[in-house]
Amino acid sequence: MEILNYAFMQRALLAAVLVGITAPAVGIYLVQRRQALMGDGIGHVAMTGVGLGFLLTWSPVWMATLVSVLGAVLMELIRWYGKTRGDIALAMLFYGGMAGGVMFINLSPTGSNANLTSYLFGSLSTVSDSDVTAICLLAAFVVLVTLGLRRQLFAVSQDEEFARVTGLPVRALNLLTAVTAAVTVTVAMRVVGLLLVSALMVVPVAAAQQLTRSFAATFAVAVAIGVTVTISGTVTSYYQDVPPGATIVLLTIGAFVLMTALAAPLARRRARALRAAQPAADPAECKIPATRGTTDEVGV
Amino acid sequence: MSDEPVISLRGVRAELGSRPVLRGIDLTVGRGEVVALLGANGSGKSTAVRTVIGQVPVTAGEIELFGTPRRRFRDWARVGYVPQRTTAAGGVPATVTEVVSSGRLSRARFGVLRKADREAVRRALDLVGMADRAKDSVNALSGGQHQRVLIARSLAAEPELLIMDEPMAGVDLASQGVLADTLRDQVAAGTTVLLVLHELGPLEPLIDRAVVLRDGCVVHDGPPPKAVGQHALPGHDHVHPHAPAGAEPIRTGLLS
Repeated sequence: MEILNYAFMQRALLAAVLVGITAPAVGIYLVQRRQALMGDGIGHVAMTGVGLGFLLTWSPVWMATLVSVLGAVLMELIRWYGKTRGDIALAMLFYGGMAGGVMFINLSPTGSNANLTSYLFGSLSTVSDSDVTAICLLAAFVVLVTLGLRRQLFAVSQDEEFARVTGLPVRALNLLTAVTAAVTVTVAMRVVGLLLVSALMVVPVAAAQQLTRSFAATFAVAVAIGVTVTISGTVTSYYQDVPPGATIVLLTIGAFVLMTALAAPLARRRARALRAAQPAADPAECKIPATRGTTDEVGV
Repeated sequence: MSDEPVISLRGVRAELGSRPVLRGIDLTVGRGEVVALLGANGSGKSTAVRTVIGQVPVTAGEIELFGTPRRRFRDWARVGYVPQRTTAAGGVPATVTEVVSSGRLSRARFGVLRKADREAVRRALDLVGMADRAKDSVNALSGGQHQRVLIARSLAAEPELLIMDEPMAGVDLASQGVLADTLRDQVAAGTTVLLVLHELGPLEPLIDRAVVLRDGCVVHDGPPPKAVGQHALPGHDHVHPHAPAGAEPIRTGLLS
């Protein structure tokens, strides 16, 4: 394991593992509330943060965190008040965020589009010690929220209207989800890049649910897939000299294809087991009963 | 036990967009009563219950739950709600137990479900006859079973007041029977019920009082209409092709 002898690879692997955990952990709630592309939107907004970071010579990671949190809160507010159509407002945020990033970075004396590229597509080998500290702190926050409040977030993401009647602070939880997603985007920014962040939030969840029936299992399998692909992607990029972000995302999509292929025979076996458990209940073929029952009447 | 109404709406107005949907409605539900809110599509009956739970903001009027103004009402564990849905599923697979457990959150401190909470979830599943499907994914259920899961979720907190928005919509007759039985048991145990219904159907014998809305106004508040097939439905129009042009359609049922 000579790969572990290099400090830059140690940092890269640590960052990769943390992203592998946090991205699907937040992504599952976004997928559940059918906002799978929210991560993508936040990623675009975070570009303005990176640009501002260069312009003001602040840390781009912290600046991106700040701006993407603000962007995520803004998206939530647009969803509440819904003055403009939600998707149009989101589109404005997407493109405004991207244009702002390019503009600010070109205005800054030190930045160039080359700097921006390392944030757009990730730059795992240049993760610094201070980046690792930031990533660890942010990842701890994300894990605390997504695991500690899993029942509340599940209820709100499953059925917002019902969650309100259980007395949950629905708006606060929605804002917290948005903020956590924004934080995750900036955690993942150095690893897979802002343009590919959303893939790690969504695809492991989509892959996991090919096989799972419960939310808890989907969560566990999605995080397992996330960690597996980020580690193997990082290692592959070290030995093969390929970009880590793209490798990780392609491996994630590979995992999705694999899970889908595994799902079909598994579903058949489950169906067989179900038929064996209740043989008389569901005959496999239709039979026309001699007399009509009381339960099959069509209301007229 | 006090005699104050469980739900009280006075002069409630609400708008969706800028279109007035409720034009000042009064509605009182007393303890132990079973009240059906009836009306044609677009009459405002769903909006009325959604103002009660705070999902739709009101522009005027007062709403009280258990004698407390709704804005200050925090005791949500006393209220069970079945929203108008055709599915209990979200974007991620979830088991029947997971969905029903979220109904227990109003009684669980900090979202931690204890043994008593898990037993309550189990009882709620028993009540709707879904205990044998507890570990199945809700994606694998039929429409009627989805509705039974949603009702179990509302019962998990063991509420004193049940608010149901079209619980029979899209439900097969077998499940309708199960739901009517479940509701009968709840009513017998003293639960107050406010139901939004499109038609009385198998719940008819349970209903103490019917409130009929038309165009956002209460047009009837009293005993439920006698169900004589579909013709007794409120808002049911008989338009006879041989009637003279321009003649008022003959309205039968409640509204005539």
